[in-house]
Amino acid sequence: MTDIAQQASGQIIAKAPARRDIGIRRRYAAERRFRLYGVAAITFGLVFLFLLLWSVLSKGYTAFQQTELTLPITFSQEIIDPNNKRETDPQVLQTANYPVLVRNALAEKLGVASSNRAALRQVSGLFSDSARVELRDMVMSDPSIIGKTLPVTVLASANIDSAFKGQFDMTVDEASRKVSDQQVAWMDQLAKEGVLAKGFNTGLFVNGNSSRPEAAGLGVALIGSLYLMGIVLVLSLPIGVAASIYLEEFAPKNRLTDLIEVNINNLAAVPSIVYGLLGLAVFINFAGLPRSAPLVGGLVLTLMTLPTIIIATRAALRAVPPSIRAAALGLGASKMQTTFHHVLPLAMPGILTGTIIGLAHALGETAPLLLIGMVAFVANVPATPLDPSTALPVQIYMWANEAERAFVERTSGAIIVLLAFLVIMNLGAILLRRRFERRW
Amino acid sequence: MTEAATEELLDKKMNAVPLKMVGKDVSVYYGDKRALYDVNLNVRENTVTALIGPSGCGKSTFLRTLNRMNDTIDGCRVTGTITLDGDDIYDSSIDVVELRARVGMVFQKPNPFPKSIYENVAYGPRIHGLAKSKADLDQVVEQSLQKAGLWNEVKDRLHEGGTGLSGGQQQRLCIARAVAVSPEVILMDEPCSALDPIATARVEELIHELRTNFTIVIVTHSMQQAARVSQRTAMFHLGNLVEENDTDKMFTNPDDQRTQDYIMGRFG
Amino acid sequence: MSTTLLLAILLVIAAVAFVLGRMRAGALSQGRSSALHSRPNYYGAFVALAAFLPSLILVAVWLTISPFVINSAVRDTFPQEVKNQSEAQQSLAHGMVTTIARGLPFLTEEEIAGIRQDPSTLQSVFAARRFAVAAEAQPYMLDSAATLNAMSQTSRTTLSALALLLSIVGAFFALRMVAPRFRARNQVERVMLWSLLLASSIAILTTVGIVASMATEALRFFTMVPAHEFFFGTVWDPRFAGAGASSSGQFGLIPLLAGTLYIGFVAMLVAVPVGLFAAIYMAEYASPRMRSTAKPLLEVLAGIPTIVYGFFALVTVGPFLRDISAQLSGLVTGDYTSFIEAQSVITAGIVMGIMLIPYVSSLSDDIITAVPRALRDGSLGLGATRSETIKRVILPAALPGIVGALLMTASRAIGETMIVVLAAGVAARMQLNPFEPMTTVTVKIVNQLTGDLEFTSPQTLVAFALGITLFCITLALNIYALYIVRKYREQYE
Repeated sequence: MTDIAQQASGQIIAKAPARRDIGIRRRYAAERRFRLYGVAAITFGLVFLFLLLWSVLSKGYTAFQQTELTLPITFSQEIIDPNNKRETDPQVLQTANYPVLVRNALAEKLGVASSNRAALRQVSGLFSDSARVELRDMVMSDPSIIGKTLPVTVLASANIDSAFKGQFDMTVDEASRKVSDQQVAWMDQLAKEGVLAKGFNTGLFVNGNSSRPEAAGLGVALIGSLYLMGIVLVLSLPIGVAASIYLEEFAPKNRLTDLIEVNINNLAAVPSIVYGLLGLAVFINFAGLPRSAPLVGGLVLTLMTLPTIIIATRAALRAVPPSIRAAALGLGASKMQTTFHHVLPLAMPGILTGTIIGLAHALGETAPLLLIGMVAFVANVPATPLDPSTALPVQIYMWANEAERAFVERTSGAIIVLLAFLVIMNLGAILLRRRFERRW
Repeated sequence: MTEAATEELLDKKMNAVPLKMVGKDVSVYYGDKRALYDVNLNVRENTVTALIGPSGCGKSTFLRTLNRMNDTIDGCRVTGTITLDGDDIYDSSIDVVELRARVGMVFQKPNPFPKSIYENVAYGPRIHGLAKSKADLDQVVEQSLQKAGLWNEVKDRLHEGGTGLSGGQQQRLCIARAVAVSPEVILMDEPCSALDPIATARVEELIHELRTNFTIVIVTHSMQQAARVSQRTAMFHLGNLVEENDTDKMFTNPDDQRTQDYIMGRFG
Repeated sequence: MSTTLLLAILLVIAAVAFVLGRMRAGALSQGRSSALHSRPNYYGAFVALAAFLPSLILVAVWLTISPFVINSAVRDTFPQEVKNQSEAQQSLAHGMVTTIARGLPFLTEEEIAGIRQDPSTLQSVFAARRFAVAAEAQPYMLDSAATLNAMSQTSRTTLSALALLLSIVGAFFALRMVAPRFRARNQVERVMLWSLLLASSIAILTTVGIVASMATEALRFFTMVPAHEFFFGTVWDPRFAGAGASSSGQFGLIPLLAGTLYIGFVAMLVAVPVGLFAAIYMAEYASPRMRSTAKPLLEVLAGIPTIVYGFFALVTVGPFLRDISAQLSGLVTGDYTSFIEAQSVITAGIVMGIMLIPYVSSLSDDIITAVPRALRDGSLGLGATRSETIKRVILPAALPGIVGALLMTASRAIGETMIVVLAAGVAARMQLNPFEPMTTVTVKIVNQLTGDLEFTSPQTLVAFALGITLFCITLALNIYALYIVRKYREQYE
């Protein structure tokens, strides 16, 4: 640096004063640390998001496959109806010992002697007890198959299912394992012969609940959630839109309006479980609606979702520029006509986006449904919204409380289904917003 | 004396004043949009340089390049060189924090921090570690407020909020805040545009006084203000520097027709 | 006539009324639409509303009131000795009468006669028809049930007749009112406005419903268990519902509240620094591209249902902490027993904290970006680094708003249910070790209300006392937070 530099034009450059120490090095170190905290915080959040999803996906993807046994089963009369009384006593077909049919068929296939009781018990451990219901339903619907031999597909037992999917550690001592060496050997043999195979787990989406993990399914829960969503949509969209239109377009500035506004903001923050208590006290105890019914659940979730939808709808209405209203009013339209003919259609994409997000929120909500009794063990698909039912998240809660390893797989599978629905709904909302987003 | 001789004399006098900052071929781009075209402008030591021109002409943009405030705007790019005491301020060896400690800035709208008057003024010395003790800091605060002509008005309420002052007082507080860092250059971006005439007069007076200690560059919308406070004036138009001249000459006998038109109020 | 059928008929009448109204308006205008004040559709709508609304209101009011009238009439038919019994027994008897009344139409004459002879056979006869009658029937019940059925029948018939009449009369008068200068549109719009107002008042109704329902049930609870024992009791031991006398069990709120606050505190310990730093980074440092990917990804955390977090805590985080603590203690002491239990304050707290990160970060992000740019420029212009600007200018300026945001987050932590139900444990204990299970208010609400419910036992009713406590705490937090945030916004507007 020159002291007094002469420029070409003969101008003088000022002399820089002595450099001050303003702690640059220390301050930049602090700056870097601070940035690092920020990056670390975001990384922490994203790592946990990844861990959570990975934990669920890695445990749950196998739930979409189910090990099944396909083999010819002889519906022998000696076992089903040894005394030939089925004409007179319908109870015979109800109570017959159907699993023995499967056991015998398997024993024959594996070459186990019918006298070897210990081995036979092990054979029984290969397939699910749900075969009882399956075979009974076959026989009851068509008694003429008694005496015939038909190929039937039954579910493998939960333990064999887990073993076949490689979820058991085979190096553990046989006694502390849930499948014996013999069963594993048979399993491999049956797999080689094509009797035992993995197939797509339709039962997961169709069956009702069951205490046997291999037969438990989300059928009832899916229908229940469908009812819930239907009720929430049908009730909360019109009510929410009507309320928002009133507050945004018509409400005079007075105490009542203020009260409603404060109320809506606070309701959005009320813990969901409180809505469950409300539903229990008002809809079930006071109004006498049935417990466990999707109707009550739908009403509760509607009340819970309304504030969300109202807040979103009001934002969408507010985004419609006043010039549109002025234009319509200027042509002689009434305020009501202006709102319904011009403002509302323009705000519709925003409203629908908010509604979908509200619905997605309601779909994942569990706590209030527990209180109104939707935790009931329901095996039959509900025909109307007044029949007992469960819902997807509640089914997850119930399965999460089961101890068996196979239920962890089912639970994770159910969570994947739930998350898939949520992803679809949110993607829908995003697409809707992208497609119809309007910049004024 | 002939007119030419006078000019020569003036030039010589001006040339004796050292150059504090020099802009050479400065161009600024916001994304794809070019805001400044090859501006060459000198800022002389202990001089008030006024930047004038119609709105959107690039005068504020140029001002902000002088202490790299444009760095905070996404997509802003500066080409050409700007030197401070002969050193390129866009050189990688120059630290922006250090630069801004030497080239302070006062903004269009008074922007005191939501803290007490004392804390507002003490902010700069504190972050730069300029005061060694509490007594030191007290002294810096008092001196800065005195330089900004605010001391007598606020000395009894130093620990009250800075946002409670009137607009003119707030702007002088912001000037005191800038002065407290003891910069060499103070940039002022239309400092009086949000003030009433009386407050404006106070600030103009203040600028006049500050000239003895600081080099000042001021962007102003009002030509009268430029005439009142500055010794040098630069006229911008559509991103170009039209003319740079002594203020007296600029307002009496400008070299460029556009300057004349602007001063006569033909466009604005 | 069932209510559904009645409503359907009323709708049909309304549709016909609409058509008639339109036609009449059209006829009056003689083809010149400018002769009418409103468009013909509005005349139709007016007539339809006149046909439908009054009768709808009648049906609603009737259906709300008539059960009370009928019930008190039915109770009047009870013999004197039943009336002298306690309220609980009376309502039990009334319940049985209702069941019997529901089953009665399905029985044959002979079966009814048989029951009259011997009331003790009633239970079995009804069971065969799949009607579960709670206890052995008394002779008077059959008569009461018959009265009930008869009255319900009369009530329904009367209602149908009245509603239909009202509907037709309404349509008739409305039709007569249709005239070219009649302002049909204004009338219709007035009805629309009222229904909009009605919709928005549902918010108030919900609040009233929450407060009223929980307060009544909680008050019933406080008649059985003194309020001070609930609010200041330090032992939670409700026993089983219906076991012995009503005063059995202890209902101390303190251990539940302690657990709630402790777990909430741990959650905030995780969520606040992470969320705040994430928000600061997003608002002040991140490039637009990074912001547009990282921000939505973080917000995915807020979209995941809490049951999923609960499951994650139960099967992943809890066992992980337990195993790692066993390893740690093994390395240090040689004794491989875990000191963190799978269900513990820390498990629930950490997972809840993760859930709360996006709440903290997006609320704070909004608040930080609301700090005016001028303040930032002012600080940077003086030569402050970015972090100095953030720490010394932006955060202090944003502090009130951030405190508000944190209060809202805290209220969410307190009201959160599914994570704690699965990960915190059910033991109501008062202790300070974060590695052991504790329980919360919400867990106990769920515990007390799943399974058999008896709205007369304190074991059930205590849930409402817990609920109203929870409601009041979260409400207070939220109102205060909203107040702060609103103040803060005004400051910069």
